[in-house]
Amino acid sequence: MADPAADAKTHLGRRLSGRTWLILGVIFAGLHAVPGIAPEMIHNLIMIMLFAIMGQGWNVLSGYAGQFSFGHSLFFGVGAYTSSLLFVKLGISPWIGLPCAMLAAAAVGLMIAYLSFRYGLSGPFFALIMLAFAEIFHISVMSWKYAGGAGGLLIPLKGTAPLLFQFTDKAPFYFLLLWLLAASLLLVWKMEGWRMGLYFQAIRENEDAAEALGIDSLGFKMRAMAISAAMTALGGVIYAQYLLFIDPDSTFATVNSVEIMLRPIIGGPGTVLGPLLGSLILTPLSEITRSAFQSYSGVYMMFYGGMLVVVVLFLPDGLMGLFRRIARYRKKDRG
Amino acid sequence: MLSADFILQAVINGILIGGVYSLVAVGLNLIFGVMKIVNFAHGALMMLGMYIAYWSATLLSINPYLSILIVIPLMFVLGAAIQNFLINPIISAPEHNQLLLTLGVSLFLENLALFLWSPDYRVLATPLARINYYIGDLSISLVRVMAFGVSMACSAALFIVLTRTDLGKAIRAASEEREGAILMGINVRRIYFICFGIGAACAGVAGATITPFFPVYPHVGGLFVITAFVVVVLGGMGSFTGAFAGGLIIGVAESIGAIFLPGSMKAIVSFSIFILILLFKPTGIFGGRRG
Repeated sequence: MADPAADAKTHLGRRLSGRTWLILGVIFAGLHAVPGIAPEMIHNLIMIMLFAIMGQGWNVLSGYAGQFSFGHSLFFGVGAYTSSLLFVKLGISPWIGLPCAMLAAAAVGLMIAYLSFRYGLSGPFFALIMLAFAEIFHISVMSWKYAGGAGGLLIPLKGTAPLLFQFTDKAPFYFLLLWLLAASLLLVWKMEGWRMGLYFQAIRENEDAAEALGIDSLGFKMRAMAISAAMTALGGVIYAQYLLFIDPDSTFATVNSVEIMLRPIIGGPGTVLGPLLGSLILTPLSEITRSAFQSYSGVYMMFYGGMLVVVVLFLPDGLMGLFRRIARYRKKDRG
Repeated sequence: MLSADFILQAVINGILIGGVYSLVAVGLNLIFGVMKIVNFAHGALMMLGMYIAYWSATLLSINPYLSILIVIPLMFVLGAAIQNFLINPIISAPEHNQLLLTLGVSLFLENLALFLWSPDYRVLATPLARINYYIGDLSISLVRVMAFGVSMACSAALFIVLTRTDLGKAIRAASEEREGAILMGINVRRIYFICFGIGAACAGVAGATITPFFPVYPHVGGLFVITAFVVVVLGGMGSFTGAFAGGLIIGVAESIGAIFLPGSMKAIVSFSIFILILLFKPTGIFGGRRG
């Protein structure tokens, strides 16, 4: 029997040629020039990257480990509220709040994962239990007076204070997200070839077979949940610092779970580039539909619903799956 | 003051609304039991039923209870179409794809209603809503009794169809053993869209019966779909009588809970019951079968 770790090194191609690295490096460096060249695009790019990172978080649990979640707004909200409460109430810098928020979300995630997976929940019932937990947090925070209740939390702006994670300019957020996005892509790409990443995929494909081969499926699903929750919470913290206002509806509401999961589903769940690709397409499209239907708030969700139906029917593996199919056809034609 | 009458009043109101929950849950459970699909769009279908009743009462001045005769065929066709054109192509795909699809349908329908009819809360003004009967200190509203009665009658009719007719036999066969049913010459694809149609019609009728005393707005279904999920898991997946009894239990539990908890916390009770049952008694208290 081949050792899976050795397999990963030799067969799974976690290595890119020097030329590919060079091209990626040039693109990455080139993207740093955007705020100088096209400042009007920054807000959209920030939103694209923010949702790409949170979508990547969802992707780890649902795309790779196959446990579909309908309640990732829970981690978005826990992240946003943890760092904001620490800052507003105790004056702790969001830079310290950031790891705290990620830990808090991971802890909440681990608790839910232990409970649900311990009792063998899977498929639609796991998805719905995540939704139920997100709604319980939503309703509880609504009536939590200390955290501002339904009125939300206003994060006081102290001017440009890098130590307090506050910038009056948008560019620093852009650079920060660019680096975080690159790091998250690199991490998930590496993870695909790690023993852990392979176990996630084995559990997704056939949990009983994975168990039979000695994979501790409960343990690995919990790990997937912790990573996923922390990544989504990271997005929540940056969202709060960027907009300087959060309330239960803009963080914990089910709409946000849909926002987070729709991107990787469109791009291709279980692929490294899926969440980014989905975000590149959906974020501008949703901005356009939102401004087109301005007088009817929420109607852009109709478009989301239609999109979800179309993708599930015709692109079950997302756009990445479509690209793969095209590539395979081309190979066949040549061969 | 909390008196026995007060509690008794809550129990009566709970049973009356519970009958409606039962009908919603029976429809949801039929779809789940036969096709193994968790229909997230059930609340949106109920909302459509409410709008059909509302518009036929305001525009065509049709009695809201008679409008059920319009609701049933319309909702049946819509449900059958959803099953036939959207769900059937992915019926053997992984389960979460079907859930995503029904979530998409639900988002689409709810926001279509928002687009067409604005987010306004609409209340059907009917003289029936002012009629109350009094027994001692207890008051019983006519429209709630009607909602309960009509829902119960529909559930009973469905029960008779399922247990006493050939169609019902075919539905039960398809739900218990799909391949076996096909071998017996049952057109399972047809059974599936009939079931989805019946399920959608149940949701629509439930919506129509509460329109005289419940405001109609695009996201109203969200209130009921979670309750329906709770009822279904409580009664046991795929169990008709479980869903039926579960509806009454949840109706009473919610209405008693509302006495002791502030209004906004009421929903937490449903969600908590949902989580607890799924975790600790996934077969439901009436021992339905596992999904």
